[in-house]
Amino acid sequence: MSKIIASSAMRASHEMVKRTEDMLDKAISEKGKDFVFEFPDTAYHLPMIYGMTAFKVKTLGDMKTALDTAKHDLHPVPEDHLWKPYLGETLDSGMVTLFAEEIYLALRYINGLEPAVDPETNFTYNGFITDTIQRNLGIQLVDGRMPGFAAIIGAAPDEATAVKIVRELQEKNILVFLSGQSKDKNGKLTSVTKQLLSQNIELGWDTYIVALGPDTEHTLYALDWALRAPMIFGGNKAGDYKTLLKYSKDRIFAFALALGDMDDLKWATGAGAINMGYPAVCDTDVPVIHPTGVCTYEHVDKEFDHSKIVQKAIEVRGLKVTVEKPPIPVAYGPAFEGERIRKEDMFIEFGGQRTPAFEWVRTKELDEIEDGKITIIGTDVEAKYKAGGQMPLAIVVDVAGRKMQDDFEAIIERKFHHNINEAQGLWHMGQRDIVWMRISKQAYNDGITLEHLGIIQATMTKNRFSAIVDKVQVTLYTDEKDVLRLQDEARAKYKERDKRLAGLTDESVDTFYSCLLCQSFAPSHVCVISPERLGLCGAYNWLDCKAAFEIDPTGGNQPIAKGEPLDAVKGRWEGVDNYLKSNSGGAVETLNLYTIMDNPMTSCGCFECIIALIPEANGVMIVNRGYAGMTPAGMKFSTLAGTVGGGMQNPGFMGIGVNFVTSRKFLYADGGIKRIVWMSKNLKERVAEDFKARADEEGISDFLDKIADETIAEDSEKLMEFLASVGHPALTMDPMF
Amino acid sequence: MDKVIRSASTSAEEILEWAEERKLETCFDRAAKLKPCPIGETGACCRVCHMGPCRLIGKNAEKEAMGVCGATLPTVAARNLARMIAAGTAAHSDHSRDMANTLLAVATGETKDFQIKDAKKLYKVAGILGVEFEGRPVNDVAKDVAEIFLQDFGRQNGELNYCKRAPKKTQERWKKYGVTPRGIDREVVEMMHRTAVGVDHEADHILTQGLRTALADGWGGCMISTDISDILFGTPRPIKAEASFGIFKEDEVNLVVHGHEPTLAEAIVAVASKPEMVEYAKSKGAKGINIGGMCCTANEVLMRHGIPTAGGFTNQELAIMTGLIDALSVDVQCIMPAITEVSKKFHTKIITTSPKAKMYGAVHIEHNEHNPNKTAEEIIRLACDNFPNRKAEGSHITQKYPLIGGFSDEYIEYMLGGRWRASYRPLNDAIMAGRIRGVVGLAGCDNPRVPATGIHKFLVNELIKNDILIVSTGCGSAACASAGYLTPEMALENAGPGLREVCEAVGIPPILHLGACVDNSRILTIATNMAKEGGLSDEIGGMPAVGIAPEWMSEKAIAIGCYFAASGVPVIFGGESPVGASKEVTKIMTEVWMERFKGALHFEPVPEKMLELALKYIDAARDALKLRKYEPGKFGTDRVLMDMAARREIKAAAHTGVGGINES
Repeated sequence: MSKIIASSAMRASHEMVKRTEDMLDKAISEKGKDFVFEFPDTAYHLPMIYGMTAFKVKTLGDMKTALDTAKHDLHPVPEDHLWKPYLGETLDSGMVTLFAEEIYLALRYINGLEPAVDPETNFTYNGFITDTIQRNLGIQLVDGRMPGFAAIIGAAPDEATAVKIVRELQEKNILVFLSGQSKDKNGKLTSVTKQLLSQNIELGWDTYIVALGPDTEHTLYALDWALRAPMIFGGNKAGDYKTLLKYSKDRIFAFALALGDMDDLKWATGAGAINMGYPAVCDTDVPVIHPTGVCTYEHVDKEFDHSKIVQKAIEVRGLKVTVEKPPIPVAYGPAFEGERIRKEDMFIEFGGQRTPAFEWVRTKELDEIEDGKITIIGTDVEAKYKAGGQMPLAIVVDVAGRKMQDDFEAIIERKFHHNINEAQGLWHMGQRDIVWMRISKQAYNDGITLEHLGIIQATMTKNRFSAIVDKVQVTLYTDEKDVLRLQDEARAKYKERDKRLAGLTDESVDTFYSCLLCQSFAPSHVCVISPERLGLCGAYNWLDCKAAFEIDPTGGNQPIAKGEPLDAVKGRWEGVDNYLKSNSGGAVETLNLYTIMDNPMTSCGCFECIIALIPEANGVMIVNRGYAGMTPAGMKFSTLAGTVGGGMQNPGFMGIGVNFVTSRKFLYADGGIKRIVWMSKNLKERVAEDFKARADEEGISDFLDKIADETIAEDSEKLMEFLASVGHPALTMDPMF
Repeated sequence: MDKVIRSASTSAEEILEWAEERKLETCFDRAAKLKPCPIGETGACCRVCHMGPCRLIGKNAEKEAMGVCGATLPTVAARNLARMIAAGTAAHSDHSRDMANTLLAVATGETKDFQIKDAKKLYKVAGILGVEFEGRPVNDVAKDVAEIFLQDFGRQNGELNYCKRAPKKTQERWKKYGVTPRGIDREVVEMMHRTAVGVDHEADHILTQGLRTALADGWGGCMISTDISDILFGTPRPIKAEASFGIFKEDEVNLVVHGHEPTLAEAIVAVASKPEMVEYAKSKGAKGINIGGMCCTANEVLMRHGIPTAGGFTNQELAIMTGLIDALSVDVQCIMPAITEVSKKFHTKIITTSPKAKMYGAVHIEHNEHNPNKTAEEIIRLACDNFPNRKAEGSHITQKYPLIGGFSDEYIEYMLGGRWRASYRPLNDAIMAGRIRGVVGLAGCDNPRVPATGIHKFLVNELIKNDILIVSTGCGSAACASAGYLTPEMALENAGPGLREVCEAVGIPPILHLGACVDNSRILTIATNMAKEGGLSDEIGGMPAVGIAPEWMSEKAIAIGCYFAASGVPVIFGGESPVGASKEVTKIMTEVWMERFKGALHFEPVPEKMLELALKYIDAARDALKLRKYEPGKFGTDRVLMDMAARREIKAAAHTGVGGINES
């Protein structure tokens, strides 16, 4: 019964606090109260303590304060008879445990013990999850590619079961966190991490399997990650714990799978997680807690059958997973997208400067093609494929549909990368005529044939673009001469498309699109996407949105009739304002697309870059996500991000997609690219080619060299020196405000 | 002939047998001898002027009977009930007024014996009343709060401050039908005026003011009293205690606090633990001082200090017959004057303490809010002095039961989610899922005209078997406690499968002891919180909830029953209807009130029928709310699995639902 769980959790909370306190006292005696600590790359201090209480733990002394305060929520273990109520007390004990665990892990960082390293295999665990990773995953969290999160604690009875469970989660696109240990069926103390490693399963963010650490305490890293979401994406404030917990219950579909025997600390950590609305499903005979209310459905349940446990957990969390899988003999899903195929594991490859190869979508009339038909044209195809190695390849996908438009060809084509990559053992890079594909030995052994490449493209194109595409027919060419011949034809078409796209301006259309995909996480944020301004996540441009609206007229992308222009320079339209008022939950009244200074665009939290005003330079800096160093604004990306996200307008700060930097509408009203005084080096390199073209257009050909980066200046003083020395135009432009 | 069962408590029955052998008379004997007047019992007797009393009886009395002035049966029955409401409201509210005066005395420093013990509750109340509290000294806030409360008693116009605590829709109903109370005293006075000879004669019109007066009791007197008691003495949290006659100790001074007010009792509890008092007791040959409680004063100190209770109303004479009570200190309400007579046969000293209440044969040691400790000390010394006079004579009953009490509405919210997730969501969920079929507020007196506490016990057993969660107050709680029902084990052994799961998950008894009868206001708050949490009814009316007072006898019970009815709760009282003579009045209180307020007041003497009616109301409310049909053992939440599109639809500014019910 529940009292057993309550007793365990309460016992463990006392023990965890004591253990942490001893460690903390020792650290203070060695390093002093003022010793400063921060987790790597986060603006949220110790996120659990910060989120729940708004208390910023910055030093060992702060840890002491936090732990002493938390102790008030410790409770005596319920008595055997005539016990007092324990549910509220258990949940409190769980939260105290999380606070203690957070401090404990911080101390381990200070002692150089984190991220943990497995002594047997030298495997380095993930450790603390950075803000950058969280923001990187932003778009996946909202577009259905990562609908849920599983924390697996402990070990499966054997390696095969561990693999089976994790594969099932991967196929359902569920991000898996691993921590803790328990005995397997042979009585050996192990963990799912070790079990997967022994089976050569690739771990990491790309494969949706993240090993946090070897102990139960490491589970906290996943919870730290979850609690940051309402602050990063939801615009909620630290210390507003009711809203944060409500957000996590309603919007973050996480759950725990507790494999193997439970102990007190697992229950206590679980009780902490239940506060956040995350239930646990165990594979052992544990007491269950079925009445609902803290979690959406059951709080603790059990399932002994490992082939059913994943499905059970998903249902208990109230999660709906829609998986579209082509009929192929390997696993499929975004979790397999990140898998690499090393040369020694490769069976065959196409393209990549090794053989001619390209991909191409052609629009056809409905009666011209046969739906689902896969044709392979080439000599001795089967024999050549079976021999492995390298092969030329053209994948020509002909589509037809009443709603098909030429503009959508590029959109459909861009998905080819995902279509192929999501198959386990298949790897894809690049696009068009710079494509590079590999099939692994394992996939070949599993039965993947050349035809399957066609099947994947046909099935997934129809799945993804069901409202546009009525028929898909795929033809693969494997003879070099055919490939080269068709490639010329395709190249002409690519060029034509690019030209058309370049001519697409904000003025040339009367409809913009909204992107509301993020509203599942950032309820008051609305992206307004125009031909010259793509979404801040970089994942959606105007054409994408147009296609998405055709596919799903009630979906996350809606047309916005621009309406009367209210300010042509700043980029303000009546229709856009009206749309925002009714779709931002009242958060945004008006928007100027082309300025950072006056009612600029809001952000969800998964922006690729941040632009920030540098007042003394009369210009702006741009820093990309992933740059962990200091900027001349005096803040790192992670700290700046805190002022930008959550659907709030904050003049002088804005989140953008990388490609917006080279748009003609980039800060158009503020003076355009000439305002850029600093960019992180990596970003400079990424945009260099297009940027130079834009600079030429503006008649400032060498302008990129006048923009500082971290190798030139990380602070304002050095920046100003540099700008003066190169005669940066911003210095002499009109004041920004 | 079968033996007459007078009490459903075996301990009480043992004492009664012991008393019978010694020819000691109790309320049970008098109840047997003194049948109620059949005319007055059903509300057909009018004595509001001296042309009467008039008896409105006979064939077709409803239409034809008239008093000397021409008052008809519906007029008379309605007036009689209305005057009971006024008296009950006056009782709670006068108690409440004293609480407000005490709070003021503490705030201004006139009394040093009490302090503000629960500043958090004070701030919560201040927030509701619109009193600024941040950055101000606690006592300044308390002074403002006390003064605003005192205004509520004498308010002439507008509405009571606490009306706004009710769900919006409930308030709208009150406004629509003109029952929003203005000032507490004003409603009582107007009620007395309108029921005086020759004033208000339409039954419905009289009873509408009756409801307005009752609401002034529930959302005024009672709620104010509860809140001030919490502010001064602490908001209750679960606590262990014991109940029944076995709480008295052979080797210690037994001092019993009896009545309804917490103030003096709090002082007695505090002073009795002082070393000099314990020494004094020892100097008289006792090993220490044992404070026990009785009636609702018992509930007050049980909820906050775990002081054991000797039980409810009908136990007061019997407790003296244990021979173990050295002094019985009484304040106000439900104190039988018979106890001084009984005490003469034993060594027990009866002490009256209220300036409002004196009894023949009692010692009077007057309490006032300015120096309670001094009065307390005097009473304790008197009890100690009397210890050596204890005789062997007495029933010396040793039976007692453990219990868990102390469920404030604040703690209920906490227990369902802890500090961070406190909310009524799990309770609402459990009702929606059919784990809990409904909630019954079990309250009211115990009564010697039935096997005392017996209907309480019958209903408790049946209700929890039917997966109904019980919240209890007053002598209803005492009846459950003295039967050993207030334990978490009770749920495991006797509750239906759904209720048992919930009790197991939370660790609670299936009956939550909410405190004294004045704390029925906590039930109003709980129902309001349930409405605000969402998923059930959006007002108090329409909840799968019923109030039952199976053994009521006090006018206060009628006031309580009526404020629940007007707030939207169907209420079932036991015994013969005090308005039973008039069909019209009966119809107004059931059908008309149901239509207007979604509440009602029924009188039903047969326990099985009470149960049936309660279940009928609960199931009908479940149907109307389109909740899962209740089936024992079959429950669960229908899962709605969320895809990304569904998640985008979750409103940004939706009610947080993780607790923190806003009091607005």
